[in-house]
Amino acid sequence: MENHFEVVIVGSGPAGLSAAGRAAELDLSHVLLESTSHLANTIQRYQKGKHVMAEPGFLPLRSSLPFDAGSREDILAAWQQNAETLSINVDWQADVVSISGQRGDFTLQTRAGKTIRAANVVLAIGLQGNPRKLGVPGEDQPFVQYQLDDPDEYQNESIMVVGAGDSAIENALALSRNNQVSLINRRDEFARAKEGNLKLLEDAIERGRIKVFFNSSLRQIETLTNGDHLAQVTLTTGEGEVQVPVDRIIARLGAIPPRDFVESCGINFPNDAVNAVPELTHQYESNVPGLYVIGALAGYPLIKQAMNQGYEVIEHILGHDIKPVDNDLLAEKFSGLPFDLDVEQTLELIQNNVLCFGPVNSLRFRELILESEMHTPAEGDVIFSRNDYTNSFYSVVEGSVEVVIDEATGKRVRIGEGHFFGEMGLISGRRRNATVYAGRHCVLVETPRRTMLRLLASADEVRRRIDQVFILRAIHSQFAPNSSLEDLSDLVNSAELRQYAPGEVLFAEGESGDELHLVRRGSLTVSRYLHGREVVLSYVPAGKYVGEMGLLGNTRRTASVRAVVPTETVVMKSGPFLALLDRDPQLKEQVQLQLQARLRANASMEASEEGGELLSFLMRQGLGEATDVLLIDESLCVRCDNCETACASTHGGTSRLNREAGPSYASIHVPTSCRHCEHPHCMKDCPPDAISRNASGEVVIADNCIGCGNCESNCPYGVIQMAQVGGSQPGLWSRVLFGAEHKKIKDKDAPKRAVKCDMCTSLKGGPACVRACPTGAAVRISPEQFIELVQEN
Amino acid sequence: MHGSFLSHRGGFWFWVALVLVLSSVLAYVWHEPLGQPNGGTWLGYTLGTVAALLIVWLTFFGVRKRAYYSRLGTVKGWLSAHVYLGGSLLVLGTLHSGFQFGLNIHTLAWLLMVLVIVSGFYGVWVYWRYPERITRNRDGMTRQLIFREVADIDRKASVIVEGLGSPADRMVISAIQLFSIGGGAWHQLTGRDRSRIMVAASKGSAKRWVQVANPTQQRLLDELTGLLSRSADPQEAALLQELIDLISRKAKLMRQLLADIRLQGLMEVWLYCHIPLTMALLATLMAHIVSVFFYW
Repeated sequence: MENHFEVVIVGSGPAGLSAAGRAAELDLSHVLLESTSHLANTIQRYQKGKHVMAEPGFLPLRSSLPFDAGSREDILAAWQQNAETLSINVDWQADVVSISGQRGDFTLQTRAGKTIRAANVVLAIGLQGNPRKLGVPGEDQPFVQYQLDDPDEYQNESIMVVGAGDSAIENALALSRNNQVSLINRRDEFARAKEGNLKLLEDAIERGRIKVFFNSSLRQIETLTNGDHLAQVTLTTGEGEVQVPVDRIIARLGAIPPRDFVESCGINFPNDAVNAVPELTHQYESNVPGLYVIGALAGYPLIKQAMNQGYEVIEHILGHDIKPVDNDLLAEKFSGLPFDLDVEQTLELIQNNVLCFGPVNSLRFRELILESEMHTPAEGDVIFSRNDYTNSFYSVVEGSVEVVIDEATGKRVRIGEGHFFGEMGLISGRRRNATVYAGRHCVLVETPRRTMLRLLASADEVRRRIDQVFILRAIHSQFAPNSSLEDLSDLVNSAELRQYAPGEVLFAEGESGDELHLVRRGSLTVSRYLHGREVVLSYVPAGKYVGEMGLLGNTRRTASVRAVVPTETVVMKSGPFLALLDRDPQLKEQVQLQLQARLRANASMEASEEGGELLSFLMRQGLGEATDVLLIDESLCVRCDNCETACASTHGGTSRLNREAGPSYASIHVPTSCRHCEHPHCMKDCPPDAISRNASGEVVIADNCIGCGNCESNCPYGVIQMAQVGGSQPGLWSRVLFGAEHKKIKDKDAPKRAVKCDMCTSLKGGPACVRACPTGAAVRISPEQFIELVQEN
Repeated sequence: MHGSFLSHRGGFWFWVALVLVLSSVLAYVWHEPLGQPNGGTWLGYTLGTVAALLIVWLTFFGVRKRAYYSRLGTVKGWLSAHVYLGGSLLVLGTLHSGFQFGLNIHTLAWLLMVLVIVSGFYGVWVYWRYPERITRNRDGMTRQLIFREVADIDRKASVIVEGLGSPADRMVISAIQLFSIGGGAWHQLTGRDRSRIMVAASKGSAKRWVQVANPTQQRLLDELTGLLSRSADPQEAALLQELIDLISRKAKLMRQLLADIRLQGLMEVWLYCHIPLTMALLATLMAHIVSVFFYW
């Protein structure tokens, strides 16, 4: 049967294309289904001339198609050419709407009504999703498009843009330069749009360059055969129906995330998390036999990884016993271990030994180990020190480590084989709270933060196990280092984790309550109503607790507590806690002392209302999640910009701080400069994992940055910029005598990469901006010093 | 936390300078030279050498300020030392002269030194007073924000005048086109607004357009309020009122911007005396030293 293939590959991105390439090379009967009319749509949509990087550098490429770092055009041209040479069988405009059946007998339906049958299916549709269509007859006419690549391509046309988001507004604005543009909004306002876009839109409306139809939707699209325009659209508006002649319709209605479609094929996801990936075997096979998932959809967003998987998945389908391309890398990683086992056996041993990794599927576990470091420290070696800012997670495969839980007495506890440590730094994003020493014959796995967070997001069971231990250890180290763990079991079992959104109130002044909150991530403010307004009195970072007054007997809350940023607390009930205090009078005294210190600090803040205002101002600038922030005292700043010049001179010509930009209050100015967040937003979605936090706390971007700009758009504080780094710095004397400035790179097309403040980690002596300030106006401080700053002012 | 360069390390350099000054004065009083006090006595040479070395070191501040990799103290510490030790030179240099002044290169060197120090003191004063004034005048705005708002007002105004026609349209558009800010040093420091505008002037029965001054948009406001007072059309009056509100806001922003440029200029202008005078001092100092040794 003509329409029956050994393998159907859905999606022609790097993963799908590479799979099709391998299938074609091996003469396997195959078809590559692509919903558009060109290969690799996501890469096509990169901006013109974009430099594409080939990360991760350590991973070799295994594919029938070439791939190396280079311009978008070169890469696409090479793939196109190879796809032809290999005779890949591509079916264009084949938008798959359903997949059913199982190994040996799959049926795929396309939107155009075509049926394709196959023994195996490889799903490589990426994460972009399909654009949401207009949903009216005529939505697939050639003059209806769901994307705009180059607005300057169109001149003197009558164009209708549909949508209320930023992409619709931006398209309408760009097109209005050379065309007559109408914009259709289903509602009566543009609620989701950025402030800047709204302003430009208002302006364009005022000037009559864009006509907006509010409360309107498309009812019908009719093609015109004569007249000046290609079609006529009937709109249903608040005032009845309106006919608008058009030459082109651009609909920007967002995309339908692929998850619903994937689930409709019978594939299971482990949970509802937004970034959850389907459960797969190490051969990329889903729970539906014969249905394979590779590429970004499987959780591998990098081009090279995706291409390797494309190659491997075809080999697996053919039953070839090939070792994954990372086999040698793992062998190298394991070479120093005292096990004398092959790669697969070592992986199995680690997974069996380490309790919290038990529930992880084997493909994900392999990835985890690949991204982790193996350590065999000598007895007594320091694994990490108290107050380090590292945030990786450690598991003990063999032997044990010792944790110093009381610096004063040097008291240590042992963590043995199969257990883990380092979870506090990982979860709170703050400094390590204890020093850890290696025990005898110990073998450790150090897993980076990002890998761990990805695992926690996709494996509920792992998260549950880690949370349980976290609560136990947090209570033990904070309140009862001298109690045995058994003594704490009542308290631990009754404790629970709670999440709060920014601004959410944990408890309000005047309420009654007897719970104590130990902050495990994020931060809180304590405020009171004074003279008819709310005044912020203090700031509570992760690792500290609030609400102890309620536990000590006074159940009426004397202040309100509010989350500054996304915050998680361990909530303890009064009953078991009081029982603990009764057993330990020393602890009771300690809790009372802390309470007294807090009350005293609050009283002194109440005495100066301006101080509270300044503290609220700092919190409003998002400094509640900062670890180190540059603050300028405007009454000392002579606006000489030596801070910016110093920064640019020591960082390849681009200043990472903008002195003038940013808000001020009571002569304290918060310039636009990185504040090294506890949980850096920039790290959220960095494909090559180039952003990390140093042991001393700085968040830095490494040289393997691919210049994708994700961090720039993820940073809510606008402190990351894309810049060409390099050029030449004139000598000191030519700067002193002739005012010579940094020479930029001459090549305009040189790749841009993300740059931000790195706190001058590579410079001895600390941040250049602060050291270059002649008047003492610039300082870098941590949030713990805010109260001091406020009192000083 | 924040602390001025004047109180750096508890005013350490102030005390160093004070000790230097007091010991020089004591030595001067105690010293009984043959004849009148002179730069040529052993004390005179000592004071002269110390002062000359100090002058050379003080000029090195300009180098240290730009040596961003240097770990030799902080720029703030250097500025603190620069100010206090520089101030002490006034005493050291004068004692070195033995109060012998005349029309010669030696007194010229002394005079230049005094001018450099006085200009420096003025610098300390502006660094102490002006930052706060600038902050107050800025009132939470940055220059970029002000310019953006002005551009926004101009855009709105040019849309409104389309509905008004002549002469409002020509006046408003010309006021936008003939808008000027900043300019040379003099204009910056005096805070003068050189913006101009085209207005209709009637000469007998003939009407023609002439260009006149429009400082902080005042002339435009005068013309618009004139038009409004004569307007009998309610729709026109509403548009004129809207325009006047916008231009008033622009006038306020202009005043703010002019004051900002002026304050910033005043805070920097002393350096244009301090540095050239320092260069002149170095040259004269060299001549003074060479001539002294030559005629010895």
